[in-house]
Amino acid sequence: MNFIINTDEQIEGMLKSIGIPSVNDLFKDIPEKILIKCNLKIDDSLSELELKNKLKGLSDKNKSGFVSFLGAGSYNHYIPSVVNHIVSRSEFYTAYTPYQPEISQGMLQSIYEYESLIAELTGMDVANASLYDGASALSEACIMSSDITKRKKIVMLQSIHPEYREAVKTYCNAHDLEIEEIKREEIRGKVDDKTAALLVQSPNFFGCVEDFKKIERSVHDIGALLVVAVVEPTSLGILKSPGSLGADIVVGEGQSFGNQMNFGGPYLGIMATKDKYKRYLPGRIVGATCDSLGDRAFVLTLQAREQHIRREKASSNICSNEALCALAALVHLAMLGKQGIKELAELNIQKAHYLADKLKEAGFELVFDEPFYNEFVIKVDDSKINEKLLKHNILGGLELENYYSELKNCLLFCVTEVTKKTEMDKLVEIIKNETDI
Amino acid sequence: MKLIFEKSVKGRKGISLPRLDIPKKEGLIPKEFVREGINLPELSEIDIVRHFIDLSRRNFGVDNGFYPLGSCTMKYNPKINEDIARLEGFAMLHPYNPFNQGALQLMFELGEDLKEITGMEAITLSPAAGAHGELAGLMLIKKYFEGKRRIILTPDSSHGTNPASSSMCGFETVTIKSNTKGQVDLEDLERNLNDNVAAIMLTIPNTLGIFEENILEISRMVHNNGSLLYMDGANMNALLGKVKPGEMGVDIMHLNLHKTFGTPHGGGGPGAGPVAVKAFLEPYLPNPKIERKGGLYLLTKHEKSIGRVRAFYGNFNVMVKAYSYIRSIGADGLRKVAENAVLNANYMKEKLKRHYKLKYDYLCKHEFVLSDEGIPNEVSTNDIAKRLLDYGFHPPTIYFPLIVHGAIMIEPNETEGKEMLDMFIETMIKIKDEAGSDPEIVKTAPHTTPVRRVDAVKAARELDLNWNNKF
Amino acid sequence: MQELKYSKDHEWVKVEGDNAIVGITDFAQKQLTDIVFIELPEIGKRATASTPMAVVESVKSVSDVFAPVSGEIIDVNSKLQDNPEIINKDPYNTGWIAKIRMENKNELDDLMDSESYKKLTKSESH
Repeated sequence: MNFIINTDEQIEGMLKSIGIPSVNDLFKDIPEKILIKCNLKIDDSLSELELKNKLKGLSDKNKSGFVSFLGAGSYNHYIPSVVNHIVSRSEFYTAYTPYQPEISQGMLQSIYEYESLIAELTGMDVANASLYDGASALSEACIMSSDITKRKKIVMLQSIHPEYREAVKTYCNAHDLEIEEIKREEIRGKVDDKTAALLVQSPNFFGCVEDFKKIERSVHDIGALLVVAVVEPTSLGILKSPGSLGADIVVGEGQSFGNQMNFGGPYLGIMATKDKYKRYLPGRIVGATCDSLGDRAFVLTLQAREQHIRREKASSNICSNEALCALAALVHLAMLGKQGIKELAELNIQKAHYLADKLKEAGFELVFDEPFYNEFVIKVDDSKINEKLLKHNILGGLELENYYSELKNCLLFCVTEVTKKTEMDKLVEIIKNETDI
Repeated sequence: MKLIFEKSVKGRKGISLPRLDIPKKEGLIPKEFVREGINLPELSEIDIVRHFIDLSRRNFGVDNGFYPLGSCTMKYNPKINEDIARLEGFAMLHPYNPFNQGALQLMFELGEDLKEITGMEAITLSPAAGAHGELAGLMLIKKYFEGKRRIILTPDSSHGTNPASSSMCGFETVTIKSNTKGQVDLEDLERNLNDNVAAIMLTIPNTLGIFEENILEISRMVHNNGSLLYMDGANMNALLGKVKPGEMGVDIMHLNLHKTFGTPHGGGGPGAGPVAVKAFLEPYLPNPKIERKGGLYLLTKHEKSIGRVRAFYGNFNVMVKAYSYIRSIGADGLRKVAENAVLNANYMKEKLKRHYKLKYDYLCKHEFVLSDEGIPNEVSTNDIAKRLLDYGFHPPTIYFPLIVHGAIMIEPNETEGKEMLDMFIETMIKIKDEAGSDPEIVKTAPHTTPVRRVDAVKAARELDLNWNNKF
Repeated sequence: MQELKYSKDHEWVKVEGDNAIVGITDFAQKQLTDIVFIELPEIGKRATASTPMAVVESVKSVSDVFAPVSGEIIDVNSKLQDNPEIINKDPYNTGWIAKIRMENKNELDDLMDSESYKKLTKSESH
């Protein structure tokens, strides 16, 4: 395939018109000894048909068609068809960042609508145009908290997604922030006047709803900020917003809205905060204004905080967002609307509790006996049960021992609206049978 | 045009969800955690489709027209790559699904391709964007020096992310002057090299579109100083198949898959910013590592990794498109990309320099920078950009790099034809004439776009960031 | 304008007894273009000569405002919070930024008079 459209004749003509003898002369400025003289060791080009076949071959080597009970930060929700049709409009997806607002009102207005919806969902005043993913958003929140409080210590709960905690550690180390991982019971002792923020995920990695209203007071009394991460935002259809419960900064993963699992990316980092902290928000923000005739228009604003202007003083170096992923989320949220988001959350929570109850009835322990949304942890006799489930084309819950050594033979199950009753019944039956043997 | 909230009609719903196929249980969540109401708009599917189709028609992408944004490489996004990325085996694959060999193989092979293209020895695909890759690169540099060296050198023409990424890692940035040819001033570099310098960050070719002719000497000086050479790979489109950064002395660099490798910009994302390094830096790369052992592809760790910069493995569906792109054009195609990108840029430069001031009048690579100096009647670069909108073009990058007054950075890229370039050149000349004969029409442009010139000052002074809660 | 003193970072100083009233010059506000926000210093905090005490943001850029002299910040122009554009319109009078009770009047000798400042601005505008 070839996307260069000038013909050899045209190329000749162009060279001639600017007095350059040959294409090679355009690279005279490269030192001779490093100029590549032969082709790169890369396969020859393919036609579109051959390309499609080759890539289909790779895609077929994966098995995505299982009945899956995996969650843990990547959720299998049904994405309505409309979403794909909208994000496939090339006016959206082949556009650049909307730096020329007059011809980018489509993307700018979408982002403004997205920001407004995220603010509503999270119970905050201002949301940004998105960050790379939930883990990096949580990490950026640490830096933001430090900038606001002028303190250098971050405390986070161990019940946050393990990969999120790793990313937070990476960012904190780079930014010379102290980071400590604690259990819920240790909050009062560990959150002190050196702490910039306490990080909490809710529902947490184990699916449980964290009662951060309890801890909100002890965090604020000491002048620290409460950062809440929402990794499964469909839960906000039923759960109170973190903002209404005392969060100062809400971050999250927006993948559940509008974005397929895509083997881990691209995802959608959510970040929102209170009005008084809005100038500390990293990333892009779209605001409403008017044009020279007084008509409403949208534009990137508060850009002086961003890297392309502030340079060393920028609150972050981020200069892109996940615009198309945010658009997908917006369309999905629009399709859900006020009623649909509640219904969706109901389906998730009811189905998850159905499975949990059935497993409990079959004699398995529900490890965390706390209110949960669409994920829960079950202790099995032997986590090799997953191998047995695979034979029935079922992907069982995530084995937690790799992440928490004390959780041997514990599996994290996720149930969403796509899971059928028959599939859950079958799962329970197989686990029962295989365990009895 | 109305906002989605202004089109809401009570009782409407777009989505259809399955009925609950199990008995409903009450009280699953204690009352104090249950949300009372949520203020999302209520629309039916047709309302939503019309709304977003309307919005799309108020947007401009590469598929709409010429997009000569310097340093962004707005090349054509092949449609087959969009289809391929949506294959179920890719799109519906959970990151923890163990049946992932196809995905891991794709990532591994992409990594190998990018190593070959750049002449580097190890790579990570996990960063989500160029700036993210740059950040990871600086974290890596910091760890490599064990926090001992605290200074990063950047040229005065550098992209704003360079100093921002540096300060996120606690480095101090020192600016190196450019010489009269727009390249790194070797004397100024020498003056600023000391044992507190961790690295120099260079964009090659630089943001003026000019190749650092002294790169081998710069590399020698930097390495003699015990420092590292970081390359911002945003402008890689000019180098494909012609020179390898690894052979220029680069120790660590990032790439932009959404620029050089034809994946769509998405209106601002998602992109992907792989980081490639020489072997001695491999142990510090962010996790995970993708290895091939005995015919199996595995996710492992780098020995002294800086850690993770995100969850999971990277923007996989962007990698699929980049992989497809490389496969589709092949080795020969890659080289032709650079050759034609550079030809198109030089062609435009030679024609336009007779009408606009070209501060650095030298052979350029894939882009070049004009200035608004000498434009009559105080018509500014911004005015010219807005007037281009009336003629159906996306303007070039403006006011960057900072070392050129009223900078106009033009990058035509290789997927544009001569007739388009000629049309743009003609239009630029016409606008300059308008600046002389009818400056008002330029100063009040644009006139034909969905909205007229937007008041960014008002937006910043009277912040309105949320429909529900105006400030 | 004659009695004002100037710093190399484009701040002006008007001496009123023991206090120094500080703002940014016309040259500076022109360079910044429309100012959209100012982060004023905190009353009671100590300013150190030649270190940043405030930040001024425009749509296109951001700049530190450096304290030209050291001392306690005894007053700030809070009108600028809601109307930062006053700095653009009237940088030397109603656009004043902060009042510092000077610790060491000798620091004024390090500042420029209006002739020297004029020379500086000429050299900076190419």
